Amino acid sequence: MPHSPAVTPDTAPRPEVARIDGVSKRFTIRKDSSIKERIVTLGRAGRRHKQDFWALRDVTLDIFAGETIGLIGHNGSGKSTLLKVIGGIIQPTTGTVEERGRLAALLELGAGFHPDLTGRENVFLNASVLGLSREETEARFDEIVAFAAIGDFIDTQVKFYSSGMYVRLAFAVAVHTDPDVLLVDEVLAVGDEAFQRKCMDRIRDFQRQGRTIILVSHALDQVVDLCSRCVLLDKGHVLYDGEPTVAVARFRDLLEERRIGEKADIATEQQRRAGAITEVTAVAVGRGAGETVQPGDDLEIRIAVEADRLDSWVCRIQIDDTMGQKVFATGSDWLDMPVPALEGDGEVVFALKSPAFGGGKYFVNATLIDDDGQTLYNIMQATSFNVAPDPRAIGHLRIAVEGNAVSAIS
Amino acid sequence: MVTANEEAASRLRRLAATPLHPVGAASGRGAGWGAIRSVLSQREMLGLLVRRDLKARYKDSALGFFWSLIRPLIQLAIYFIVMGQFLGAAKSIPDFAVYVFAGLSAVGLFTEIVVGGTGSVLSNAGLVKKVYLPREVFPLSSVGSALFNFGIQLIVLLGATFLVLKPPLHWQFFYAIPALLVLVVYGTALALLFSAVNVYLRDTQYLVEVVTMLLFWASPVVYSWEMVKSLIPSPVLLEVYTDNPLTLAVLGFQRAFWVAGDDLAWPGGLLLRLGIAFVVGVVLLFVCHRIFLRLQGNFAQEL
Repeated sequence: MPHSPAVTPDTAPRPEVARIDGVSKRFTIRKDSSIKERIVTLGRAGRRHKQDFWALRDVTLDIFAGETIGLIGHNGSGKSTLLKVIGGIIQPTTGTVEERGRLAALLELGAGFHPDLTGRENVFLNASVLGLSREETEARFDEIVAFAAIGDFIDTQVKFYSSGMYVRLAFAVAVHTDPDVLLVDEVLAVGDEAFQRKCMDRIRDFQRQGRTIILVSHALDQVVDLCSRCVLLDKGHVLYDGEPTVAVARFRDLLEERRIGEKADIATEQQRRAGAITEVTAVAVGRGAGETVQPGDDLEIRIAVEADRLDSWVCRIQIDDTMGQKVFATGSDWLDMPVPALEGDGEVVFALKSPAFGGGKYFVNATLIDDDGQTLYNIMQATSFNVAPDPRAIGHLRIAVEGNAVSAIS
Repeated sequence: MVTANEEAASRLRRLAATPLHPVGAASGRGAGWGAIRSVLSQREMLGLLVRRDLKARYKDSALGFFWSLIRPLIQLAIYFIVMGQFLGAAKSIPDFAVYVFAGLSAVGLFTEIVVGGTGSVLSNAGLVKKVYLPREVFPLSSVGSALFNFGIQLIVLLGATFLVLKPPLHWQFFYAIPALLVLVVYGTALALLFSAVNVYLRDTQYLVEVVTMLLFWASPVVYSWEMVKSLIPSPVLLEVYTDNPLTLAVLGFQRAFWVAGDDLAWPGGLLLRLGIAFVVGVVLLFVCHRIFLRLQGNFAQEL
């Protein structure tokens, strides 16, 4: 994979920076928090007002210096809790966490910014909270202000800042604290595009400098792009720990299962109108359902349709990427396919001849249209298929490339 | 990127040489000392937090810091006129204004530490939830800002003693030191305790406000200890009244700054009582800190 170069010189040993051993975390959700309520619900009744929730269950991880680890999982899977446990903000119910080196947590930008203080005062306070001494902050102050691109506003109270300026300054402080371990929670997507690029550059610098980055993100492409290792969490358990592409693919499968589960309830309610699509499958020729599509495979998309009576109709498919971005679309009308009148059940087959899809997960949408152009039935993300990752490239296309480089120095 | 690689290599070497240490707040035996050490290592940040509190408080007001003076001065004026003149307390207490202000400064310091400290963890929820810091710094920073305000009041108090031509140039002035220590030790202990409890039971802050008001009237600030002595016939009850640490500290301040009262009757062995109160206070501080350590583990999720 064209990973970011999480370069670590082979000569140096790679010590662990964090050792997480059998960590579980139980949250007790209470519904009473005033003295009166506590007293009223004392004893046995009190137990009914409590509810236990295990955010983490027996998580064991060793994190080595220089790694960039992505924590993924759906909402409530415990990834943020794990990050907070590593950061020492939450104490685990059982298990131990050991660490070495300076740790900086970027859990929320501008935590501890006081709106009434000026940018300058907040920089000093926030840097001190993140473990920098006054002299160190002074030495880096100009760099921080330049990075945040705040300019003269540095002596204005931060409550007058635009939200962009606020997070830029906060991010600037956090990345100038010289951490050995940086914890990042969904904060890389701040500011405008130029600033985001600056943030990413900074993160890559961090990787080159052998710093450890642990990040929680829902941007799975970003995780694959940045991380050298990825941990997939589900309901507090570690489901997978290792190669980011594999972790992301498994996570997408997991999300897909959930989505189908949720959809099954809705689908039954949908009225069967003049025509309907009953099933969509996408299978590589010569492989079983759900198997990964390999380069060179033909992909067969079958759409089962049914109608009481439909003389002329059109069926279209669209293939989307995981972000819902259109990758490819075609239809029986565009292909000049002869379509017989439909009465009862029917089937449309689109055979995609060795499609040049890049690695990743793709979704298939299908639409049934009558001859007036009226949509009779539309089904979004009816099915999905996985394409084997291309070790030589990323993106939606698989293209054979011959590389060649020349240099003036010979 | 040779330099980056070298930097990475040296970072790895340094990390390999550092021992692993458990994360977050230590618990169990010896945790108290570890916590105190980590607070001491954060002195600089403590200073910044105190300055933040002070700066932010009157940031946009025209009079700024004067407000922290105006409140006690108005209080003084009310007590001086209503209690002193209308109700006649001033007749039996010479230099009534100085007398009241000495007591008021003492109780004011204690109240500000405890009330400010109680809300401190809650008002810094943003930091507690997002960054690991020794959480003691929050109540301690309110102790710091309370001491700063107290310092200003003390200057006014000293000015007042010169104004009435009775500067505290007598040996009793040294009562101020143990009295101040007692105030700070008890204030800090209770601030630590209540700041932690308040996270779990939000009623605490209102309860604390009520109790501090009660404590104000339970100390001889606007009336004199002599009046209490003449009203309470039982010597045991009088002892109970007098040995309230806050009362002792108030008496200490009055002895120190209220020269006009040098010839009046005072409870015997005030210095010894202050000393004992201080020792008890240190034990209380230790206990409260232990409770704080036990309770802080779940701060982040309770806020």
